Amino acid sequence: MSRQEHPPGGPAVTQTGQDDIRPVRVYRYKRGDGGERFDEFEVPVGPHTTVLDALRFIQRHHDPSLAIRHSCMHASCGTCGVQVNGREQLACVCSVRDQGEEITVEPLANLPVLTDLVVEMSGFFARFPHEHPIIRSSGSPTDGENAEVHLEGDHEVTLELAGPLHHHPLHNDHRAAPPAVDFVRFEDCIECGLCLSACPVAATSHDYVGPAALAAAERLLEEPRGVEREDVLAWAGRPEGVWRCHVGFECTRACPADAIPAERIMALRRELTFGGPDDKERKR
Amino acid sequence: MSATDELPGTAEREQPGPIHHKGPGPSETGWLDPRGRGHGGRALALHRITGLVIVCYLYLHLGVLSMLLIGSSAWGSFLSLVTAKSFLALEVVLIAAVLFHGLNGIRVAFVGSGIAVTRERALFWAGTVVGVAAIIFAALHILGAL
Repeated sequence: MSRQEHPPGGPAVTQTGQDDIRPVRVYRYKRGDGGERFDEFEVPVGPHTTVLDALRFIQRHHDPSLAIRHSCMHASCGTCGVQVNGREQLACVCSVRDQGEEITVEPLANLPVLTDLVVEMSGFFARFPHEHPIIRSSGSPTDGENAEVHLEGDHEVTLELAGPLHHHPLHNDHRAAPPAVDFVRFEDCIECGLCLSACPVAATSHDYVGPAALAAAERLLEEPRGVEREDVLAWAGRPEGVWRCHVGFECTRACPADAIPAERIMALRRELTFGGPDDKERKR
Repeated sequence: MSATDELPGTAEREQPGPIHHKGPGPSETGWLDPRGRGHGGRALALHRITGLVIVCYLYLHLGVLSMLLIGSSAWGSFLSLVTAKSFLALEVVLIAAVLFHGLNGIRVAFVGSGIAVTRERALFWAGTVVGVAAIIFAALHILGAL
């Protein structure tokens, strides 16, 4: 096995000179700079070079103005999502050698481009209506002892977030362990936005709340954490909710965290169509 | 902070950038881009295309039937056209579109109702096998080989 060097900001380079030089087409956009275009760069590619390595190489050696966003480098933070040859990937774990001879890197679709490969993620979070139970509430324990979460419809639920008193709304016992409400938003989901970019429905329907928000809602059915099941179903069953999905399963395919959003959307539909055990009990 | 105290570029930052879409044209074609799609995304695109084909055929069919109002001579000359091999081949394409749309519709109806969700891929390929077999049979039958 050849020894490898990892120059700062560059891809893995083997000492045996077995690197390929591959063309990488990169989407470019700068505000006030003449619109969108593609630039092509030549990048040395080793056996373990990732797309993020290639982009950082371009940034260091070809064009320092190339804007990319990344953080953890190991598919945990979800910030480096891009389209590689039209498919949504986390650049930090996407091997260049697996992508064919020519690589085209574009920003995520269906979100406004800030600059180059960096998109405005607030568009992703804006798909979550304010009245969505819990999901937008991500305060830390120091944010306050009482956090109100207003649900739509006739119900209004006040959730006690984990605070100094460790008050649980379902147990009038201040010693009870607090629910992890304030730390957990979508659980498996790393909020990378790949599902929204891959979704063919989100491409044409701007008010569709999207796979991530719906998957989070279904997660609440599994573990309600004090939220009314009917409120979650009412939110998910709205016209811009689960019924807008066209069963393409592209979100599940794109998801790097195996959050299986499509399956969760279908589970919500099943609940809305046939009802869960609670509904059957109620109908008797 | 007053407007005069704003950092340079603040106003520009507020301007929304372009929304990058898949697809060859405007955002409405985003579903059409086959790049990077799996079987579900391609099935969705093909489902929409075949749906449009079937709707177009429906109106074409109604238009053709209206030729009966003109008389038997017009209808007879039209029949000689549509019984040509090249025209019959188009009929095979139509049957393929109907089969795909129908079989994929069944898959979407099942999976979309939360039934057999984990087997949606198997449903897709089962429908594909059934559809291809039916198309082959229809083609052989229509083109006179059977």
